[in-house]
Amino acid sequence: MSGAVSGGPLLSVRDARVGFGTVRGLLRAVDGVSFDLQAGRTLGIVGESGSGKSVLVRSLIGLVGTGSGAIVGGEVRLDGQDLRGLSAASFRHLLGRDIGIVFQDPMTSLNPVMKIGRQIGEGLRLNRGLDSAAAARRAVELLVEVGIPEPERRASQYPHELSGGMRQRVAIAIAIACEPKLLIADEPTTALDVTVQRQILDLLQREQRERGMAMILITHDLGVAAGRADDIMVMYAGRAVEMATTREIFRGPRMPYTEALLRSLPRLTDPTHTRLSAIPGRPPDLARRGTGCSFAPRCTYRSGRCEAEEPVLSREGGRGFACFNPLGTSGGAGA
Amino acid sequence: MHWLARQALRLIVVLFCVTLLTFLIVNILPGDVATAILGGLATPEDLAGLRADLGLDRPMLVRYFDWLGSALSGDLGRSHRSGEPVAQAIADRLPVSLQLMVMAQVIALGVAVPAALLSVRRPGGLFDRLSASAAFGFLATPSFMLGILLIYLFSVTLDLLPATGFSPMSEGLWANFESMILPALSLGLIEWTVLMRVLRSDLLTTLKEDFILLARAKGLPPWRVLLQHALRPSSFTLITVVGLNIGGLIGGAVIVEQIFALPGVGRLLLGGIFNRDLILVQGTVSFIAAGFVLVNFLVDMLYAVLDPRVRHVRFRS
Ligand SMILES: Nc1ncnc2c1ncn2[C@@H]1O[C@H](COP(=O)(O)OP(=O)(O)OP(=O)(O)O)[C@@H](O)[C@H]1O
Ligand SMILES: [Mg+2]
Repeated sequence: MSGAVSGGPLLSVRDARVGFGTVRGLLRAVDGVSFDLQAGRTLGIVGESGSGKSVLVRSLIGLVGTGSGAIVGGEVRLDGQDLRGLSAASFRHLLGRDIGIVFQDPMTSLNPVMKIGRQIGEGLRLNRGLDSAAAARRAVELLVEVGIPEPERRASQYPHELSGGMRQRVAIAIAIACEPKLLIADEPTTALDVTVQRQILDLLQREQRERGMAMILITHDLGVAAGRADDIMVMYAGRAVEMATTREIFRGPRMPYTEALLRSLPRLTDPTHTRLSAIPGRPPDLARRGTGCSFAPRCTYRSGRCEAEEPVLSREGGRGFACFNPLGTSGGAGA
Repeated sequence: MHWLARQALRLIVVLFCVTLLTFLIVNILPGDVATAILGGLATPEDLAGLRADLGLDRPMLVRYFDWLGSALSGDLGRSHRSGEPVAQAIADRLPVSLQLMVMAQVIALGVAVPAALLSVRRPGGLFDRLSASAAFGFLATPSFMLGILLIYLFSVTLDLLPATGFSPMSEGLWANFESMILPALSLGLIEWTVLMRVLRSDLLTTLKEDFILLARAKGLPPWRVLLQHALRPSSFTLITVVGLNIGGLIGGAVIVEQIFALPGVGRLLLGGIFNRDLILVQGTVSFIAAGFVLVNFLVDMLYAVLDPRVRHVRFRS
């Protein structure tokens, strides 16, 4: 696999921050998130709606900021190269070649008035220097690869002529067209029928393995990440609150929020019609952040310290969690 | 019913209403053509005789359906005043008016589209604010004022262009262009303002869409994202407004033809009104209305060209 610095991570993010200036003051959508992603591996980013998952990944690839009055900070390196220091033109070049992205809703992420084949071929012409005939041929091959029947006919159709699942396959074809090193999938199945969700996730996973891409898989459902992500980062209110391998997370979460997310998953062992426990309460207002742990008001394990002091993500044997009363210790759930 | 059939039916109904309404309005205009022709000193007997000769003594509805019958076969009657066939009079003057409006429309779009594209590059930026101020300034100027200002500037002060009068294309393309550019500018420089504001606001909406983010993620430079991805899906309101504005453009053309002494349909109409030449006015107004409806029908067709989703709904049910 690639990797300019031998052994170094493909993607390295340090202290990523995104703030939006709103009428109610600065809204800290992402507040100091750091992580590394090795080539060929999958990182699942999990968290409730509004926890800053989309804003985080979009800020990494320069897709928030222009025009929206966003303030973006922190350091992002791809293959050791500092992305924030690049000129606009070199950054676009790198974005088109090395990073692919799949958005949540395939109804809105494809251009409604452009033929599908052209939307796939566009990046190839720009980033790989293919002429339009070659790009059109390659687009058809890619449609075959993502499992779309009658690819020639589909290539000359418009997005509205395809079902949601097929559109998401097209979006995946666009994302992988230029052989990126990193694939970002932002809730790629949330807008789809349950029956096609699994197919799309399997397709993503297969493409990722065959191409040796690294993948960031965003989801609000830990179950989606379960069999597919190597590592999981749990986000809450713009921060990373727990980071560990998927296996560790499912064996025993340390952060109470992660546990709450796990509890809200349906389990095969549950008797049918068991009510899933939704997490009570609501996430904090990101423009009015108080002192202390932002999960404290909803946490069953909170202590006085949680309301006075902000826990930072501490590492303990490779896993990180931001909690004063972590589970699996005498102070937490183990008690 | 098929979409085209529905459109055609609508076209017929609208034209019927418009011609009938015009007929009624034209007929209740004060003054009459007999007096206009014979002068104020004519005896009542002479006037009545002339009216009978012109067929004006019959009931209004009878005259309307009589007119409608011939109009459907392309005969719009003869001018009461000059005896010239109305259809011929319109056909003679139509090229001038069409040229005026096409040039005005080209100027309007030629200013509006680039201005909108440049504005949304940096909303609230210098160019955006300047073009917004310019737009409101022009919008507040009536076209006859602008026409007079343009004459003052380009003909009187700079002595670059003829102030009034028309040179047909047979006198050379350049002479023709010179005689048409100021009239076209006085219409186009007002029309662009609305088009620019409409397109700008639709572009800003489109630019927030996910497919724009995806286009940027492909590595496309900003201007390609704007031209290849944002412009077309943002142009539907623009097209509608262009169609609807044809009405305003025709009204403006009537006045501008007058100011610049252009022999167009607008001047024909005004002359007809001053002479109480009912049949000429009826023919001209009906022709203009038909043109307006037809253009909007074509605009509606254009949607299907621009938006595959519309095509889908209309032609595949
Ligand atoms: N352009 C913007 N201006 C102001 N606030 C914004 C903007 N974009 C996002 N936000 C805010 O940032 C926060 C994080 O949003 P984000 O879309 O990243 O959440 P998410 O974790 O992706 O949620 P979901 O699961 O619903 O996609 C939200 O509170 C949102 O309101
Ligand atoms: Mg999101």
